[in-house]
Amino acid sequence: MDLIIINIIDGLIYGLLLFMLSSGLTLIFSMMGVLNLSHAAFYMLGAYFAYQISLVIGFWVGLIVAPVLVTILGALVERYGLRRVHQYGHVPELIFTFGLFFVIEESVQYIWGRNMVPYNSPESLNFIAINLAGGSIPAYKVFMLLVSVAIFVALYYVLARTRIGMIIQAALSYPKTVEALGHNVPLVFMGVFGVGTGLAGLAGVIAGPSLTTFPGMAFLLGSIVFVCVVVGGLGSLTGAFLASLLIGWLQTFAASYNIGAADILIAMGYEYPKDVYYHPWRDLWTLTLPQIGPILPYLLLILVLVFRPYGLFGRRDS
Amino acid sequence: MANGTNNTMSMSSVLPWIIAAIALVILPFVFTGGGSITIMNQIGITIVLAMSYNMLLGQGGMLSFGHAVYMGLGGFVAVHVMNIVEYQEIWLPLPFLPLVGGLVGLGFATIIGSFSTRKAGTVFAMISLGIGELIAACCIIITVFFGGEEGISGDRTMAPPTFGIEFISQKEVYFLIAFWVLVSTFLMYLFTQTPVGKMANAVRDNPERAEFVGYSMRWVRFVSFCAAGFFAGVAGGLFAINFEILTELNLNLNASFTVLLATYIGGVGFFLGPIVGAILFTLLQTVIGLKTDLWALYTGVVFILTVMFLPAGITGFFAMHLVPWHLGRFGMLLKPYAKIFLPALMFVIGAVGLTELVNHSRHHGDEVLMSLFWVEFNTKSAVPYIVLVLLTAVGFWFSRLFAREVKEAWGDATFVEGQGR
Repeated sequence: MDLIIINIIDGLIYGLLLFMLSSGLTLIFSMMGVLNLSHAAFYMLGAYFAYQISLVIGFWVGLIVAPVLVTILGALVERYGLRRVHQYGHVPELIFTFGLFFVIEESVQYIWGRNMVPYNSPESLNFIAINLAGGSIPAYKVFMLLVSVAIFVALYYVLARTRIGMIIQAALSYPKTVEALGHNVPLVFMGVFGVGTGLAGLAGVIAGPSLTTFPGMAFLLGSIVFVCVVVGGLGSLTGAFLASLLIGWLQTFAASYNIGAADILIAMGYEYPKDVYYHPWRDLWTLTLPQIGPILPYLLLILVLVFRPYGLFGRRDS
Repeated sequence: MANGTNNTMSMSSVLPWIIAAIALVILPFVFTGGGSITIMNQIGITIVLAMSYNMLLGQGGMLSFGHAVYMGLGGFVAVHVMNIVEYQEIWLPLPFLPLVGGLVGLGFATIIGSFSTRKAGTVFAMISLGIGELIAACCIIITVFFGGEEGISGDRTMAPPTFGIEFISQKEVYFLIAFWVLVSTFLMYLFTQTPVGKMANAVRDNPERAEFVGYSMRWVRFVSFCAAGFFAGVAGGLFAINFEILTELNLNLNASFTVLLATYIGGVGFFLGPIVGAILFTLLQTVIGLKTDLWALYTGVVFILTVMFLPAGITGFFAMHLVPWHLGRFGMLLKPYAKIFLPALMFVIGAVGLTELVNHSRHHGDEVLMSLFWVEFNTKSAVPYIVLVLLTAVGFWFSRLFAREVKEAWGDATFVEGQGR
């Protein structure tokens, strides 16, 4: 029972982290119709910037400054890169963001090296917050949870309750009309791209100490985030939120329960082969749940796209 | 009269293929240096793969992030077949092995294409990404077929000899690959001339109108996808013959990204584009890869610059110049091009040199001497830094200055009376 609670909390933290990335990605997609493939690269940049700042000044300054730097960088990318490629069509835009991912990943390796960097959580959060018989939850994870929830609430408030949020929502569906009303739509686009990537940067800042900061972190999380966005339905924030949580829990639970295919096969009445390592079905007999955990999101992605190509909450036409 | 026109038509369409065939035969006797045959073999395989990828991206407008999957699966089966042949269980001469790979690629493409080609654009790209991840992960899990991390290896020389050739030397393999490159390129060219091949372009450019004409977008995409899968499988079979080993690295996402990079730099939308891209990319990878460990960074930068400034790739850049050429104004461009060449070269040398110098002093700090562009110097002194920064800055400033002239000259050279600029 305790293990289940720990897993629920762990999965929630992971899911909310995914949502910090997928929310920005969804906003950018619904605004520009472009799936920003370099989104996870900005997440990684956030972690590395914060690491560099934490070396010089400290963790808490990095928490504030690094996302701002990533936001500025994201806005610049939109202004001088994406806006230029936009004229060529959608596929070149996708390819551009993909190339950007590649360049950022290589640049990070160039600047900070190929190994992981020692980006650690602050001293003041190095204690165990919740202690259960099945395990414990460090205070840093609780901090991650609080930041994610705060961001979630703030995002909801801005989008649903403020004037800027109204303009953004209007610009999502009727950019021409909003422009005719005198709003600077390209600026809104730039801002949304910047804030979206900034959110990814913030996710990187808080995830860096807990999930380790290394050049592969973008690739590792990146494709999972696309899964969240696509499964939830491209352009749907609610969908992205639920899919992020679902995948967070799916991966956490799959990683911590060591159920083997052998147990199931034996329960079904098959006999365990004597020389399992030379058996033609050896891969099936030695298969375990943690082993297939990492590919479950992709299975989910394919299943959802086959049966509901527009995702769980997506609109049919998008 | 009509007969005569027909003859010249067929002559002009056959001629490039004859030239290509002769070139392929002569090449190994021109480049006889140590690793050149190995590199040419690699280029040949990449050409087939990149061209099959272009059937999706260039001709069908489908962006796939998992194209290496079909090559990898074709290659894995080809190695397994190679091993079965070794124990004389079936009789199959080696030159037919790529066909096995191709059929496997076709089979998987038929299964996956049946649901992934329902939509183009982002949904298709995401499904291809998911499939790519899934199969790469299966590589580690299903060790019976994929051999885990070591992969599966075979021995091509154990196949029954073809006309007495046992394919022991690299050169013999070269001719096998060259044959298949020519055949697949020809078949892929024929595909572009079929109604489905032509409709693929229509579906890419304007799906709605294509539907109104009476073609099903989905069916056109599906057929293109299957054909692309087949030729990717052929490339896999060639890979299996050339390297005699396949691992997870051949079908993971990185391998798929490499295909995308090579094809796009070469130029999508042109039939020759992927060939140019494959040659250039393989050379970059093998030649520059030996000189510097930063080659991936350079490739990435070149790629992103291509997307931003030359959306039709390198082939497109040259094709662009056909317009002033036909107008007889090509000469107007020569002077500004000559003018910008030197500063641009200075900028590139300066920027690359600085990048390398910083990298060197950080990772090989104890080695004082460093050689760059055939010049050896002391990294501890400030002189190389100053020289390189100057080169970069001066090159950049003059490039920007002359770029305006190039733009103006381009405008004049392509200006047609009665049309806006």
